[in-house]
Amino acid sequence: MALEYVLRRVGVFFVVVWAAATVNFAIPRLSPADPIKEALLKVTSMGAAQAGMDVLTRTFSERFGLDQPVWKQYLNYLVDLAQGNLGFSISFFPARVGEMILVALPWTIVLVGLATLITFALGTVLGAFMAWSHVPGVIRVLAPPLLTLSAIPYYLLGLILIYLFAFVIKAFPLGGGYSVGLTVDWSPPFLVDAAKHAILPALSIVLADLGFWALGMRGMMVTVQGEDFMTLAEAKGLNPGRIFLRYGVRNAVLPQITSLALSMGRVVSGAILVEVVFAYPGVGNLLYQAIRSFDYFVIYGVAFMVIVAIGVATLVLDLLLPALDPRITY
Amino acid sequence: MNLWLDRLFTYRQLAVGLVIILAIVLLGLVGPLFVDVGGAKVGVEIPDLTPSLEHPLGTDTVGRDLLAVIIVGTPQTLTIGLIAGVIGLGIGTVFGFVSGYYGGYADTLLRGAADVFLTVPGLLILVVIASSTKGAVNVQTEALVVSALAWMWPTRTIRSQVLTMRERSYIRVARFSGTSDPRIIVEEMMPNLLPYLAAGFVGSVATAILASIGLEALGLGPQNQPTLGMTIYWGLYYTTVMRGLVWWWLPPIVIIVLIFVGLFSISAGLDKIINPRLRSTT
Repeated sequence: MALEYVLRRVGVFFVVVWAAATVNFAIPRLSPADPIKEALLKVTSMGAAQAGMDVLTRTFSERFGLDQPVWKQYLNYLVDLAQGNLGFSISFFPARVGEMILVALPWTIVLVGLATLITFALGTVLGAFMAWSHVPGVIRVLAPPLLTLSAIPYYLLGLILIYLFAFVIKAFPLGGGYSVGLTVDWSPPFLVDAAKHAILPALSIVLADLGFWALGMRGMMVTVQGEDFMTLAEAKGLNPGRIFLRYGVRNAVLPQITSLALSMGRVVSGAILVEVVFAYPGVGNLLYQAIRSFDYFVIYGVAFMVIVAIGVATLVLDLLLPALDPRITY
Repeated sequence: MNLWLDRLFTYRQLAVGLVIILAIVLLGLVGPLFVDVGGAKVGVEIPDLTPSLEHPLGTDTVGRDLLAVIIVGTPQTLTIGLIAGVIGLGIGTVFGFVSGYYGGYADTLLRGAADVFLTVPGLLILVVIASSTKGAVNVQTEALVVSALAWMWPTRTIRSQVLTMRERSYIRVARFSGTSDPRIIVEEMMPNLLPYLAAGFVGSVATAILASIGLEALGLGPQNQPTLGMTIYWGLYYTTVMRGLVWWWLPPIVIIVLIFVGLFSISAGLDKIINPRLRSTT
């Protein structure tokens, strides 16, 4: 049974990756105007990238083998992808799409990863307290406005934060990942500077997502509290703190981890626009710049990479989950 | 009638949500009577004016009256949500019933598809689709693109409800007495699922509006029709936040926040109708 589950889950992962790759292959060919041809024409007509144009055109003809049948083009494309070759950027030729993504990726992973974990932890604790009868009144007052915040898209909250904390009170920088003139390294001054730039974007993710986690945890706690073993624990006269932590939270927290897997995609989508709003040098901003300059290979490359990354993350969580929670069997 | 009023007071959250959404719909309907919506076109007004009596929200860098832009753009955004919400609920209902009622291979396939689409970051797929059709997008095509994301939640909720409902005794009685499957679905199950269908609809509309604003803020929305998301895109494009032009970037955000708060209250209110256990704890 366990092996079958693992195999099926890994199978689903490959189907997702294959589907994403196929969508990337099919869409430029289905749309009435060929975006690749158009983009190349546009670049040549502007006189940019003249030097690289020959190589670029040849690479494209080779890559898509314009004289070859479609199924062969498709196979070549899949082989290329499997080797991690995402092609060239049109605007920054001869930069490779894969390299551009690798430069941007650490910024996004640190920002979105940390912000998500912080939100997950804070929201889960808050939600657990919201459902507990011994809770101080402050938390009950805090809950409704936080839940309302969760109805607002991350990036719009980000705009408001920029205005309040970077424009009106000049406590934080207006945007970017680090101050102009600093070199990117692991020195303490740079790290402090980078952290200062990351606080507002991270805060917008935390504030906008807190309610989601709190609500989920609260729902689970309410359900757990109706269970017989909770009544028994109370009847035994156990200390309420112990009941809360060892009996309540422990049972309620696992579905939250499932949500973590599901929400990964949501967080990444939202964070793309957070990066745009804060001009943060991550993958989202790379995508935005690519859209603005019609750099289709970068757009497709980023989309593909992010889908694969999220696929891996959900796969790992799904495989870990049955080990964590004995109630889950597949 | 009195009973309904009573219920409205009981379900305050639902009522508040409905009032907010109604007010925003009215803004689009009544606004054109007071404000010249011709000002929403490029180059009609003097560019970069600060707010005045004549232009309460000022004008933007290409000479649009920003109040007129909001009044024209709000209904457009709502339209996108409505079209995509109807499509999303329609697909979700069909998929949910097929998957939950008939089961088998169709169920495996549809449930798998819904799960996959829920984990994949939808905005990225939309970006890929929308960037390939750039320039040719209008409000209707954008709604179609966005509806690709709006069917998964309805599919899942309806499927799980149908699964439990299928085993209830009154459905069994109907089946034993020879009622045809489509008839059972339409006459016996649908009416009992109405609150779920309503909640699913609100959910699809919210997903669709969220996705459409995301696309537009990236610059992939209709280029020559004002929408709330495009107003934010132009606001970002001309770095209005960093220049402190509050009257430009804040109004679309306020409207968007109101739309989401309204939809959120409606769905939370519907939740309380569906699931009475939630009532006591808030």
